Amino acid sequence: MFVHALKIDDKKCIGCMRCLKACPTEAIRISEGTAYIQEHRCIDCGKCHETCPVDAIYINEDDFQMVHEFPHSVALIPAVFLGQFPEDIRVSRIYDALVDLGFRHVFEVESAANIFAEAKEQYARENPDIRPLISSFCPAIVRLIQIKYPSLVENIMPIKAPLDISAIYALQELQNRGIPREEIGLFYVTPCAAKIAAVKAPVGEKRSIIDGVINMDSLFNRTYRKIKEQGKNYISKQSRTINLSSDAILSTLTNGERRICLAKKSYSIDGIQNVMDFLDKLENDEVEDVEFLELRACDQSCAGALLSYENRFLCGARMYARARKAAERERNGEVPREREMDKMKKFLIENSRVEAPQPRSMFVLDKDRSKAFEKMERINRLKARLPQIDCGLCGAPTCESFAGDVVINRIGLSRCIFYQRHLERKNDITRQECIAAMNAVWGDDRMKEE
Amino acid sequence: MHQEYTVIEGDFVNAGKASSSVKKTLKQLNVEPSIVKRVVVALYEAEVNAIAHAYGGKVLVDIDSDKIKMVVADKGPGIPDIALAMQEGYSTARPEVRDMGFGAGMGLPNMQKNVDKLNVTSEVGVGTTVEMEVNF
Repeated sequence: MFVHALKIDDKKCIGCMRCLKACPTEAIRISEGTAYIQEHRCIDCGKCHETCPVDAIYINEDDFQMVHEFPHSVALIPAVFLGQFPEDIRVSRIYDALVDLGFRHVFEVESAANIFAEAKEQYARENPDIRPLISSFCPAIVRLIQIKYPSLVENIMPIKAPLDISAIYALQELQNRGIPREEIGLFYVTPCAAKIAAVKAPVGEKRSIIDGVINMDSLFNRTYRKIKEQGKNYISKQSRTINLSSDAILSTLTNGERRICLAKKSYSIDGIQNVMDFLDKLENDEVEDVEFLELRACDQSCAGALLSYENRFLCGARMYARARKAAERERNGEVPREREMDKMKKFLIENSRVEAPQPRSMFVLDKDRSKAFEKMERINRLKARLPQIDCGLCGAPTCESFAGDVVINRIGLSRCIFYQRHLERKNDITRQECIAAMNAVWGDDRMKEE
Repeated sequence: MHQEYTVIEGDFVNAGKASSSVKKTLKQLNVEPSIVKRVVVALYEAEVNAIAHAYGGKVLVDIDSDKIKMVVADKGPGIPDIALAMQEGYSTARPEVRDMGFGAGMGLPNMQKNVDKLNVTSEVGVGTTVEMEVNF
């Protein structure tokens, strides 16, 4: 079973069906008036979170106090975090504020972007028969392929994302300085739910080395508050910032991996629906000769991530501005500090491999094919009796998914209001039974008298 | 389980409707991904053939718990020499069809490669019927 980061608060949820319709894997159902997530179908993409009008869908994070429990707590921040801040706030000021908040060290995750790229190229050379190769960068995409496109699982590169590689580096670097492991706390600042899930239950790994996860939006609040508190006359600590290369800064944006990959023919696709449309074609062998695919669940990739406070285009524009400055420094011969990682390159690349992800199809009706066959025939028969308007009043997103729920989860068919009328006409259902069916989906409260 | 689809001459936009629907069904039946892929590739080729070379036709699919049978029957010019058509690279496709990326002469050979049983019958001036079977 997957571990999930997205949760629904029953007390806040108003059962409005927006998330029911938004979920790309049909993972959500409504029961007793509130939405719930079917865990085996959820890929933590966050589409539901985006659409919720009452903020009932939340993302669990670790207690910030944990940061103070380690003498050497490390903030692993993504480049999009810096893209959240107004341009007049200097990068060093943000680093300073993070230190004031209790982090002894700050590492930028994208420092590992070039090592990640090299690990991918090496894998591509070693496996000339597997094409196209799909980047493992976006954890929501890895899960999407596992559950919806099982035949493409072998195309995913079994390589740790930059986040994990930079965590290994940070840990090794600090231990090399003589700091014992138990004094080091690695905290990942996450822009999305999928990365939390990837940290808590990594695909192809036993456990992650990361000690805690902090949501990017809540850390933005803390950091921005700190900067405001310190005011204009603040004297800089002159924190040593990591001057990333322009390639690294842009790597989390759309085209970021593709622009530096060696593949002759590659595509970069963002937005989960766009990715699914493409994978449907790819699965049918309708896409020819493509060698590499950069697929990202969010529109504008990580700049459009769920926990991004800033508008995705403004965040992206700030990152481009930063990348332009970095490119200028590089032209002047300055070596980006991320290159310090190169001294461990061999070690990092060797440790970046994970076991191949396994398919875990959400479609399978039964492991036993003859039973699956029976169930499918029943679903098809049922489906033909449903109105095909996907109204959602039964608590399932489509008539088809409802038919599946009736057969697999033994949900009562009378939850369909059309079928209910049909039974009523035949005098096969009492008024009490109708109300009970309605209450099962929409809860007792909604049917209360005024 | 029986499924039927109609294909229309020159309707490339809808090529792949039958194979996509079959794909979903096979996934639900827990058919091994590599076998699903073979079925989909073969059926898609057959669909495109009926669209590109013939005047449309019908796709009939019968799925059992242990195998799938697919019949693509078109009304069309027919194939005068089936053995020749089975050779890789042999094609009678019109230039405008080739311009769309179809008609490379890999259709029938590709079907042959992906299915367990293939039977092609054809009558010139009447049409062609492609019968395919894949075991799960």
